[in-house]
Amino acid sequence: MSRKGRKLVVDSLTRSAKHFTKSEVECLVKLFDTLVAKASSQFAGAGFDRTVFRDTLYNAFGMTDDAVLDRVFSTFDKDNTGCITVEEWVEGLAVLLRGTLEEKMKYCFAIYDLNGDGYISKEEMFQMLKHSLLIQPADEEPDEGVKDLVEIALKKMDYDHDGKLSFTDFEKAVRDENLLLEAFGPCLPDIKSSMSFEQKIFRETPK
Amino acid sequence: MPAGAAAVPAVPVTPARPHGNAAGHGGARRGRRGPRVSFPRWAPVTLRGQLKGKDIDYERKGDLYKDIVTFLRGRSPRFIENMAKQEYSMSKEPAHKKNYQHVEGAEISGQSQSHHNLTEKTECEKGKSSSAGPTGHSVKPYMKWKSSGLSASQGSDKFPKKGSEERKSRTVSLTTKKKASGKSKSVKIQEASKGKASVSFEDVSESSSETDEDEQPVRRQEGSTDLSAEYWGIQKLAKYVKGGDPTATLIALCSMRDFNLSEETCQLAIKDTGCLEVLINLLDTEEIKCQTGSLKILKEISQNMLIRHAIADLGGLEIMVKILDSPDTDLKCLAAETIANVAKFKRARKTVRKHGGIKRLVELLESISMGSSYQAKDTETVRCAALALWSCSKSTKNKKAIRKAGGIPLLARWLKCAHANILIPIVGTLQECASEPSYRLAIRTEGMIESLVKNLSSEHEELQRHCASAIFKCAEDEEIRDLVRKHEGLQPLSALLDKSENKQLLAAVTGAIWKCAISRENVLKFQEYKTVETLVTLLTDQPEEVLINVIGALGECCQEEENRGTIRRSGGIAPMVNLLTATNPALLVNVNKAVGGCAMEPENMAIIDSLDGVRLLWSLLKNPNPDVQASAAWALCPCIENAKNSGEMVRSFVGGLELIVNLLKSNDKEVLTSVCAAIANIAKDEENLAVMTDHGVVPLLSKLANTNNNKLRRHLAEAIAHCCMWGSNRVAFGDTKAVAPLARYLKAKDPLVHRATALALYQLSEDPNNCVIMHENGVVKLLLAMVGSTDDILQEAAAGCIANIRRLALATEKAKYG
Repeated sequence: MSRKGRKLVVDSLTRSAKHFTKSEVECLVKLFDTLVAKASSQFAGAGFDRTVFRDTLYNAFGMTDDAVLDRVFSTFDKDNTGCITVEEWVEGLAVLLRGTLEEKMKYCFAIYDLNGDGYISKEEMFQMLKHSLLIQPADEEPDEGVKDLVEIALKKMDYDHDGKLSFTDFEKAVRDENLLLEAFGPCLPDIKSSMSFEQKIFRETPK
Repeated sequence: MPAGAAAVPAVPVTPARPHGNAAGHGGARRGRRGPRVSFPRWAPVTLRGQLKGKDIDYERKGDLYKDIVTFLRGRSPRFIENMAKQEYSMSKEPAHKKNYQHVEGAEISGQSQSHHNLTEKTECEKGKSSSAGPTGHSVKPYMKWKSSGLSASQGSDKFPKKGSEERKSRTVSLTTKKKASGKSKSVKIQEASKGKASVSFEDVSESSSETDEDEQPVRRQEGSTDLSAEYWGIQKLAKYVKGGDPTATLIALCSMRDFNLSEETCQLAIKDTGCLEVLINLLDTEEIKCQTGSLKILKEISQNMLIRHAIADLGGLEIMVKILDSPDTDLKCLAAETIANVAKFKRARKTVRKHGGIKRLVELLESISMGSSYQAKDTETVRCAALALWSCSKSTKNKKAIRKAGGIPLLARWLKCAHANILIPIVGTLQECASEPSYRLAIRTEGMIESLVKNLSSEHEELQRHCASAIFKCAEDEEIRDLVRKHEGLQPLSALLDKSENKQLLAAVTGAIWKCAISRENVLKFQEYKTVETLVTLLTDQPEEVLINVIGALGECCQEEENRGTIRRSGGIAPMVNLLTATNPALLVNVNKAVGGCAMEPENMAIIDSLDGVRLLWSLLKNPNPDVQASAAWALCPCIENAKNSGEMVRSFVGGLELIVNLLKSNDKEVLTSVCAAIANIAKDEENLAVMTDHGVVPLLSKLANTNNNKLRRHLAEAIAHCCMWGSNRVAFGDTKAVAPLARYLKAKDPLVHRATALALYQLSEDPNNCVIMHENGVVKLLLAMVGSTDDILQEAAAGCIANIRRLALATEKAKYG
């Protein structure tokens, strides 16, 4: 990207992504450029693909679950092109690193709403929780424990008792108990890794 | 994968990236948790409790289990499950696997299973004589171990389940061996030879349980009556807390909070399902969300005393102290608040200190500057840290630790803030620490009195109470009493007397008034606010801690003449005299002082006499507490002085004179002093003096003569002076060697001693032998100086004594030279 083009991008992003200062945006754009360079040139320098994205998030935040990372990729990749552009990159990270509770709730809900129909269904919960039990009581149906857990989660969060979680349900539950923000699997960086990421990336700011 | 996780091969881990440097979340946690759940947790803890056996703490320290099997299972079901599972997956022990499944199936249960379990349990409880608790068959009270292990009659109770237990225990011991620590080996030995060996085991590690056994069954049974929905509900969730990855754990933790955790049933259910251990183990992971979830539960259930002790025993405090360094503010707050709950007993407070908790908590107060911009989150941190410090500050060493960590200026700083929820723990800490002179000094010099006075007018009664209580403790120091007055704190204190329905507040307020009334200027202020009248109304129908302070305050106030009349006019004498029949020594001391104060007024004395107050005072001389004896003797002095026909009154108390003379054998200086003063007054009546002489008052007084205590010297000399007036007592004092020491009293610095001594010497000098001794001891020169005193009585007595000595000398000369 040309020097001038980059400056324009930075300026417009500083305006749109309100959680970052200008110098921080510059750093993120710089990181973006590095990643694009690393990726195959399939998108002609406009962005990078899923693999690079996954590796980056894995390295930065220790996020390991492929299924979750795929979902994170989809929420970043708003236009669904399979390519993360610089805007998508900065805006996505804004939520991850500095998002308000509101933004994070929307983000997490989107992650958990696997089919994007606006509800987290029992099946979706099952899908997300199926590996969460490390000990299966062997005389039960293998999935019995998970189904049970889904019921527990539903009982806790399904305020309107329709057997699935709408965003309203989810929002209400999270406001009542913030821990439920990541109820169906970690999809946000934890405080230590996000702190060290910010330190690492933003410290290199040329002042 | 970290090494820890690698050692636990069977545990499923969230898929790790092939080139990854960090393990999956589940793996990381598992790796840490595995070894922790294994045995070592409890062993050092129980040992520690034992070593500290000298501190008698009547609260229960350890858990009680029926036998080693239930103990192991109760302590770390996680361990059993986890390890047994591994055995299974590694397919090395297929036989055990089967057993394990069977048992575990029964325990964690589907609906039908749980029903079966319940029935089994009820039967089991019937079998047990008294002790079965709200337990699955996983945890049972430990207390009857000895008997059930040894005696045949009780042993049979165990049979229904023995088989499964033993199978399970074998699994345990095998897996324990795998972990191969010294401790686990010893356990295995216990396993192998249950029975006699187990007794020795008990001797080694549970010595403290003996005192606990008494109170134990009652509590446990209370829980067992309610073994129902909550218990099974919690057990079901516990399964996911124990056996899930962080996500499942989190869901289960959040759901668990929907139970009413302030109820004892739920609290004990969490403990009895073995969930408590897991909650504490979760704290030691890197999973902030699980830590938070766990602490949210621990914070609630630690209201329960049993849980508090269990948390401390499981090493929870150490981990929570570590969490105070966490970057996550919410987590820090929760840890501090839970510490505040747990540190309600001595050992826990010590643990917090030993692990650097005090320093960290103080740092939390410092980390937030109290500028205008601090947010809700910050005040929460300060509030929680202050709460924890408050709990900790009940130990003297912790008070010092807070000071050393630089806590005092921070307390002073936050004392100026406006949030009641911060002020309450801050002032709470201060009033707790005000028992230390260094804190009282700081409270004075750092200008804290002003803030304390200001908050007396707060709308929060709890805050008012702690402020009053802080003043109560501080106002032992005169300068602080003056400061309270200068900052106009006396008026709000008086006003708070109207809130007489809040007894705790009233106790603190009356305490503050009492101590402040020690300064005369303050009493004058109180007169202005009509405090004395209000105090008199509080003399009836109040709890003891209020009465002590009210009567203490009145005792101070009636040192001021005007107030003695006020007390009488507002009808205070009768309730005061009634209180002479109380039993609490602290109360009696204050009542005696107040009655004595009132008796200085003849009009009051008439009322006291009519209510038989003197007899009551006199009988308090028989109280075993020396403070009560002394205060009663002091109070008798003005009574005898001001009562009409006091001589006859005194004689009417059968055995009374013998009693008071015998108190001269006391070891307590204050008792001796006060009794001397009383005897001096009693001896003014000749008949009574004669009786006292018969009871041997002279040699007893003489025996006390060799003292350096000026107060005792003064009253002793007075008593001697008055006791000279009968029979051959003057000679007797000389014979019992009282004269020479008395002569030395003239060298004392106290003019009151001089006066009393001169009076005594004057009386004694009527006997020629005494004159010789006095002369030998060089009194003439000292007395000559005192003849020049401005004190008439001293002057006269000194002159009289010299005259007697001189007269003797002249007579001798005359006899010698004719």
